[in-house]
Amino acid sequence: MQIDMQDQARPVTAEVTDMGQVLPLAQPRRGVTLPLWLRAVARNRKATLGVIILALFALVALAAPVIAPGDPTDFVDRPHLAPSAAHLLGTTGQGQDVFTQTVWGSRPTLAVGLLVGIATTIVGIVVGLSAGYFGGGVDDLLSLVTNVFLIVPSLPLLVVLAAFLGSGNFAFFILVLTITGWAWPARIMRSQTLSLREKDFVAAARVGGESGPRIILTEILPNMLSIVVASFLGSTVFAIGALTALEFLGLGNPSIISWGTNLYWASNNAGLLTGAWWTFVPAGACIALVAFAFALVNYAIDEITNPRLRAQGEVAAASKRRRKSAPSTRATPVVRHAS
Amino acid sequence: MRFLIRRLGFYLLAAWASLTLNFVLPRMMPGDPAAAMFARFRGQAQPEQIEAMRKAFGLSDAPLIQQYGTYVSHALRGDFGLSISSFPAPVIQVIGTSLQWTLLLGLVSTILGFVIGSLLGVFGAWRRGGLADSVLPPLLLFVGSFPYFWLASLALFFLGFRWKLFPLRHAYADNLMPSWSWDFIGSVGTHLVLPAGTILLVSIGGWMLGMRNTMISVLAEDYITMAEAKGLSQNRIMFAYAARNALLPNVTAVGMALGFVISGALVTETVFAYPGLGYQLLTAVRNLDYPLMQGIFLMITFAVLIANLIVDLLYVRLDPRVRG
Repeated sequence: MQIDMQDQARPVTAEVTDMGQVLPLAQPRRGVTLPLWLRAVARNRKATLGVIILALFALVALAAPVIAPGDPTDFVDRPHLAPSAAHLLGTTGQGQDVFTQTVWGSRPTLAVGLLVGIATTIVGIVVGLSAGYFGGGVDDLLSLVTNVFLIVPSLPLLVVLAAFLGSGNFAFFILVLTITGWAWPARIMRSQTLSLREKDFVAAARVGGESGPRIILTEILPNMLSIVVASFLGSTVFAIGALTALEFLGLGNPSIISWGTNLYWASNNAGLLTGAWWTFVPAGACIALVAFAFALVNYAIDEITNPRLRAQGEVAAASKRRRKSAPSTRATPVVRHAS
Repeated sequence: MRFLIRRLGFYLLAAWASLTLNFVLPRMMPGDPAAAMFARFRGQAQPEQIEAMRKAFGLSDAPLIQQYGTYVSHALRGDFGLSISSFPAPVIQVIGTSLQWTLLLGLVSTILGFVIGSLLGVFGAWRRGGLADSVLPPLLLFVGSFPYFWLASLALFFLGFRWKLFPLRHAYADNLMPSWSWDFIGSVGTHLVLPAGTILLVSIGGWMLGMRNTMISVLAEDYITMAEAKGLSQNRIMFAYAARNALLPNVTAVGMALGFVISGALVTETVFAYPGLGYQLLTAVRNLDYPLMQGIFLMITFAVLIANLIVDLLYVRLDPRVRG
């Protein structure tokens, strides 16, 4: 690595660099100290922006009754009114307040997203870690099932599941989204487990006579926390997107206010084609912002835990500080046209 | 060869799994499925239609294993029962030509997305900290966060409705008959721009990031340093040495991504009334046409499996290590 470790302006570099990959230093874990990579995330600008956006949305969802008092399904004015002081984001094709609907719509959308994120991550951990750690027949079987679920396209599967078994309640959506979404986390965690189980500290625990489940839970899992967090974020985005698509197609419960059903009604009432863009834009923009915020955090985690991406970033930052351009080649520059 | 046989076995298993899921689904509905569906129609269905639905699902008083046998043999012959919404046309006939439109849309947007995204990734990794590397990833990440159908609706409204740059709906102009004439091909092309363009816009960021990250790992390899030391031209190192090796993991990702792209294409089609499987799926959902939904589900799944098999064949061509 080409950066100057003596650089006093950035005393943390060595610490961050030492922490290495997702992979562990076999250090005893101390009390409540955050893992190093998590502290590095907190210092990352992209991650900070993502967390701020998410915190804002969480606040809006929690404080919905304060921000937009009243029942979002109430008919308050004439249909398709443009945004004004009385109705900040105008009214829908049925005369409901778009702002109120957007604020209240965050609740079910975010709740389903988070719950599915948690559920898929747990299933992914159980399947991925068992497959990776035990290997052999267990791995063959679990990997096979995982790959089948990965290859079957999720949206058509969701559509038939929702059409046949759907009752429109959210518990059902959480269930089917978990069924279609767990395979990707499982696959990632399996491959991470495969590389971790070869490490010396796992071998040491095995020789020390610890049981399989205990090794998985206390030795392997804590050392792949960044992967767990990343797959949780990814699954949450998947769930929000899939739920919205299902609701947009009309497979949700149209009487519940969520971002997806808002879009469903906007398109059913020809919101865009009559020029009432305000019925369509807010919900879509909110979904995009939330997904973008999750993606930013994920991108930052990738940047921080992948030593090669990080090293390059540090080189660029260091050369920027010294007002020199980054080296244009990866090795010693070659004189090509010596006269 | 062993690699291909193993993959083929896996695809057959996946096909069997989705076929069986299709068999189980109606039987998981509480009570008698045909009666339950009848209830959902609120009395609008004809008795013949209910009977046809029973037949489509192979519902009879025979033992389950026998029902399953009949179902599989029918499905293998392409007999997915009768459609409810366009009764009494067989499902396979209703699906008819829509598969080819979905394939066209899916393939065009996947191939373009892969090529453009990978090129951007190569350039981004090659000039770390340059414009393509610092601005594009967050920007594409942002664009990629929008729901497919939402971007599609905006594109339809502005580019199609307001500024009339592109046609609003369908896959080709109404006054043309499908043929291999330039008129027809041109019409198909202009109708494809908006749907394929929105899918491209949403999916391109993923390809770019994937390529960029593998490219960065490859660039740290010794043989790149060696190539630089030999004084090879920068272009040669970038494409023949680095990009070529970084491409391999991303080719396998194409197969995985196809499912996502097809899912996106389905929703996008509904916005543009593009006559593919997605649009049909929406019609089926609105009309509670269960046999049609199932037929479309199987069609899409089989198409994705076959596409993956083709990607595997390509992979064998690209990577000599798996040929052994």
